[in-house]
Amino acid sequence: MIYQGKQKIWADYQKEIPDNHWFYVRSCIRQNFFPASEKYFLTICRDMLGRDIYETEHHTTCAGIAYHCDTIPQETAMTVVARQFALMTEAGYDSLVTSCITSFGNYTEILETWREFPELEAKIREQLWKACRREFEKPKYLAHASDLMYKLRGEIAERAQYRLVSRATGEPLRVVEHIGCHYSKMFPHKGVGGAEYPCVLSGMAEAWGGQVIDYPERRHCCGYGFRQYHVKANRGYSLSNTHKKFESMEPFHPDLILTNCPGCPYFLDRWQYVIAEMEGKTYGQNGYGIPALTYEELAGLVLGVDPWDLGLQVHQVAIEPLLDKIGIDYDPARKYLGMNEKKIKTPGLPTTLKCC
Amino acid sequence: MMDFGFKLSPSSAVNLDTVDRARYDRLVQLVPDARTCIDCGSCSATCTAAPWSGMSVRKVLLGLQRGRDDEVDAMLSKCMLCGKCTMVCPRGINTRQLILTLCRLDRKGEVVR
Amino acid sequence: MVNRTPVIAVIGAGIAGLEAARQLSGLGYEPVLIEKAPAVGGHVAEWNRLFPDMAPAADLLQSLEAGTSGIRTHVDTEIASLGRLKDGYSLILSNGETLLCDAVLFATGFHLFDASRKEEYGYGIYDRVITNRDLEQWFNTRHDPRVGKPKAVGFVHCVGSRDVKAGNKQCSKVCCITAIKEAIEIKEEFPDAEVYCFYMDLRLFGKKYEDFYIRAQRDLGIHFIRGRVSEVGEAIDGRVVVKAEDTLSGKPVKVTLDLLVLMAGIVCNPDAQHYARELGVAVDEDGFLKSRDNLGAVIESSRPGVFFAGACTGAKTVPETLAEARSAALAIHQYFNKRR
Repeated sequence: MIYQGKQKIWADYQKEIPDNHWFYVRSCIRQNFFPASEKYFLTICRDMLGRDIYETEHHTTCAGIAYHCDTIPQETAMTVVARQFALMTEAGYDSLVTSCITSFGNYTEILETWREFPELEAKIREQLWKACRREFEKPKYLAHASDLMYKLRGEIAERAQYRLVSRATGEPLRVVEHIGCHYSKMFPHKGVGGAEYPCVLSGMAEAWGGQVIDYPERRHCCGYGFRQYHVKANRGYSLSNTHKKFESMEPFHPDLILTNCPGCPYFLDRWQYVIAEMEGKTYGQNGYGIPALTYEELAGLVLGVDPWDLGLQVHQVAIEPLLDKIGIDYDPARKYLGMNEKKIKTPGLPTTLKCC
Repeated sequence: MMDFGFKLSPSSAVNLDTVDRARYDRLVQLVPDARTCIDCGSCSATCTAAPWSGMSVRKVLLGLQRGRDDEVDAMLSKCMLCGKCTMVCPRGINTRQLILTLCRLDRKGEVVR
Repeated sequence: MVNRTPVIAVIGAGIAGLEAARQLSGLGYEPVLIEKAPAVGGHVAEWNRLFPDMAPAADLLQSLEAGTSGIRTHVDTEIASLGRLKDGYSLILSNGETLLCDAVLFATGFHLFDASRKEEYGYGIYDRVITNRDLEQWFNTRHDPRVGKPKAVGFVHCVGSRDVKAGNKQCSKVCCITAIKEAIEIKEEFPDAEVYCFYMDLRLFGKKYEDFYIRAQRDLGIHFIRGRVSEVGEAIDGRVVVKAEDTLSGKPVKVTLDLLVLMAGIVCNPDAQHYARELGVAVDEDGFLKSRDNLGAVIESSRPGVFFAGACTGAKTVPETLAEARSAALAIHQYFNKRR
């Protein structure tokens, strides 16, 4: 691997990311999958790094899932998105940051479509006005939350309590990065680093001390695929894609997987349990799995946030071996405590995949 | 093993690193012209058996190189040795000799008949 | 027409420029060769052996250079500007010299497509991915750690050719035969290696090309897979994993290779476009220079006194280029005869 070759490509795919004053829109599904990620995006940006991130409870879904599942036409999605732009405009912001990769893809696709077909934009403005009497400015800057975290990676590294380094050996941890398909495959120039060798996640992993590993199926989809997972008859395809990725990364012995899409960390995490139950196979060390983290979770860990406050107990794959490897302090007794330290039930353990 | 109501799907991808080409390799030792096939399809188009049985000399040669022995054997059993494919092959491959030779080889490429 | 010997500026001293200059000189004119590279010979100087007879490229160049030995040649020289005069042209060269001439011959050739632009193939990123030019240089020098002693080698046809997304919809014409030539040479060098050619179509139009193909198939057992390589990754041992579809069986295929050779295509030379615009000479929609007529006047431009030879108008083989160079010399001769 010639690292300079990648740097040369990265130079062609840089995007302007202002480092302050953003209007934030959340994801539909992330709060259920990895509940603390969005909270810690705000905590890290606002409280730890002093940035202004505005969010409003009035924003809705971007309609991206419905659009990709063919249940609504794109014009409907456009009108929904136009309303979010109106909320942004009303709040006095001109930069929009999305939590979800599919939202990012959806917003990007809509802005590009309007650029090519201004008459469609005019029509959507009219529809929005008819529907809810709102008007909007288009965002000057559109970023995915991982773009912003990438932009702030140096500041996070400066404040880091831990580095992505094995405490025992001093060696950098081996990080597999997995980019959501809708981040840059549709519009390579809208993603940091392009579509073939994106550097938005690898940049974070490297800035925080890790070593990024490139394996043959790195570019392959995590397997989610709305029409695959959501239809039970197709669910085997979803699983098979994830399985293909794990088989390909296995010889590289990754310590963790870093992701920026709502679906990818979920499927890269949960399917490890299903593969273990079906095939009797696990991919981490000593019968454990490979932890799949969101970039906010990883940033939180590096910044010294308590793993249980970051919600790492809701991962299927046990996080403790990774915490031990880095040397992060945690209290096993607090793992499954609910709100206000209230004792709630602990989940049952799988038969094959080793968990704590 | 737990039943989730869905399973890993079998992959149709051909892995050329591991595919066993022993039978093909032996065939081309015995009938070197077999290698010169350009997949033009003349043989299949003219084949008496093809429309009803799926026989295709082109697919036999390709299947041998892609590890699809079951399909190859099924096709071979349908050949009537009429010789029309030999007449139309632009590369001049003796397809009759090719088929008869192949019928004598087992999957490891050993001459067994 | 002045009484002095007419001067012809020949832009580019590859095989087209050298051969045309030799012919022009033989016809009694004064050609001046202008070459931006430090030496003459163009792309052919980077090649090792040439199809169809596997003649050394150096031999061809040697004879062309011998034929142009007395001709004024500026190497390492760029053209700063070109201008039209009443009866001719003026060129200001990067060495400060101004060249007044009566005709201009574009022998500006082509550019080899920058294979790193096909990012999914990983040229410049994966250690075992090289181009056709790199392999020819290895044949010449035997120095390239990327080549090693391969046990499995792949050739990717049409890299940057017939590729609308790369901005080149045209066929580069010579890559099919070059790939087969190089595959044969690799197989002869490493007889135990499995060699794969991934092609979209095989376009073997020239004399003896089909013989190369049959030899590669029949005698050397080179595998031809009809399908375009879609992406390349790196395995843990540094070898490359190549994905394509075997479109003839309709199945995806995957193979791990020690060496992957990208057949970088022939694309237009941006310098030629720039010069053409300065002279008011038409450029075709594919970026190559536009001939006055694609049947009867390929070597003539839209402007009197400006002529073309070789790959400046599109992909050409060596014999085609040499024939065009001679043809252009003759056309220039007729042009001066008419003016006399």
